[in-house]
Amino acid sequence: MSQTLLRTPLHDRHVELGARMVPFAGWEMPVQYEGVIQEHRAVRTDAGVFDVSHMGEIEVEGPQANALLQSLLSNDLDRLEPGDAQYTLLTNERGGIIDDLIAYRLDACRYFLVVNASNRETDFRWLKEHEVRGSEVTDVSSEYALLAVQGPRAIERLGFPAAKAFTFAEDEIDGVEVMVNRTGYTGEDGCELLCMAEDAGTLWDAVLARGVVPCGLGARDTLRLEACLPLHGNDIGPETDPIAAALGWTCKLEKEFTGVEIIRRVKEEGPARKLVAFVMEDRAIPRQGMAIEGGGEVTSGTHSPTFDVGIGMGYVPAAQASPGTELAIDVRGKTRAARVVKRPIYKRED
Amino acid sequence: MAAVESYPDDLKYHEEHDWARIEGDEAVLGITWFAADALGELVHFEPPEVGATVKKDASYGEAESVKAVSDLIAPLSGEVLEVNQKIVDAPETVNEDPYGDGWLIRIRMSDPAETDALLDVGAYKQVLAEL
Repeated sequence: MSQTLLRTPLHDRHVELGARMVPFAGWEMPVQYEGVIQEHRAVRTDAGVFDVSHMGEIEVEGPQANALLQSLLSNDLDRLEPGDAQYTLLTNERGGIIDDLIAYRLDACRYFLVVNASNRETDFRWLKEHEVRGSEVTDVSSEYALLAVQGPRAIERLGFPAAKAFTFAEDEIDGVEVMVNRTGYTGEDGCELLCMAEDAGTLWDAVLARGVVPCGLGARDTLRLEACLPLHGNDIGPETDPIAAALGWTCKLEKEFTGVEIIRRVKEEGPARKLVAFVMEDRAIPRQGMAIEGGGEVTSGTHSPTFDVGIGMGYVPAAQASPGTELAIDVRGKTRAARVVKRPIYKRED
Repeated sequence: MAAVESYPDDLKYHEEHDWARIEGDEAVLGITWFAADALGELVHFEPPEVGATVKKDASYGEAESVKAVSDLIAPLSGEVLEVNQKIVDAPETVNEDPYGDGWLIRIRMSDPAETDALLDVGAYKQVLAEL
């Protein structure tokens, strides 16, 4: 079924910059401007900006907002002060991952969730179905634009004060009011800037004027994979549990939330399969869906621009999951060697 | 730096965006600027073995960018005499110089008459214009 692709408020600017536009999660998005590898390097060495306005924003408010979210999200919201953010999971009754998202605590009765574009409708429906008296769930995605500015010089170029990771504050750039979220998906320092949709163009221009390089989804994927940040739909999903996916740290098993009893059991018994990161030993590029000998499967794979080698993540039987274990991957009919490594593959120097 | 778009007059072309430079009963094969640009910066070249047979219109290897894998289609049949090791070590050379240092393999043609079926530069540009 063909469907009209959605466009972010920055669509025309991407086209003017010569971006190659591709369909992604129902949106027409820039996959690259000058080239994936150049853009990747800009983020590792200086600063790059990604239009991630396709991501969803859901607001939950009311005296019961906290209770509602505590019963649906895996992490403990009560550890947040206003101005804090948290990586957390929306889980189903089977202990699977409906989505991974970031929850922002505006105040005790108001939360803001930034969710994956491809899961926005599912998440919203799920939250809405579970809504209780005293909690109000609203999909506000179309009101906002979101720009991720990432890299060791991102904060300096934008002229923002130093702040801790997973905090947020209001600020202003060239007259545009923004919420500066110290979060990201690249393994670098940086922020995600939330603004009103109608201000997106002005904000984008202001960021580029500060010497930040426009980057597409291609570099976003190589950056997040080097940093071993999972991609929902590839590495995690409704049929994978957080323990196997090494996301146990996001699950507060002493509280009650959807599917927690199953996650507790997996934690106790140990998962049959585990998500591992690996680096190719042979010259080859692993790709999603390739079989790993012994019953495993590649869930994400690419060429690492930083290390100039094939890298990936995939599920393998628990016995094959220790760093150092050699893996044999079926690359279109040829067996290629890889080795399990400690996560993350890339870690920035502080 | 990626090369600027060009299609040399002295080459023969295949509509799958491969080129051949005929040298007696041998031919040097590569991919066109259009193919390299569409794929993006090459990061892996999976070559055939020297001595292997390649068959016109069939895949003889693979080229990969960060995002995609593409079969390399042989414009001519023959035996592989040489693989460009430079491309195995530095695949981005194809983007920088697709018709020079970016050549992929050299073959001895098994049926030189096959060259008659290839496109000249004008006909190949027509193929591109109709995409």
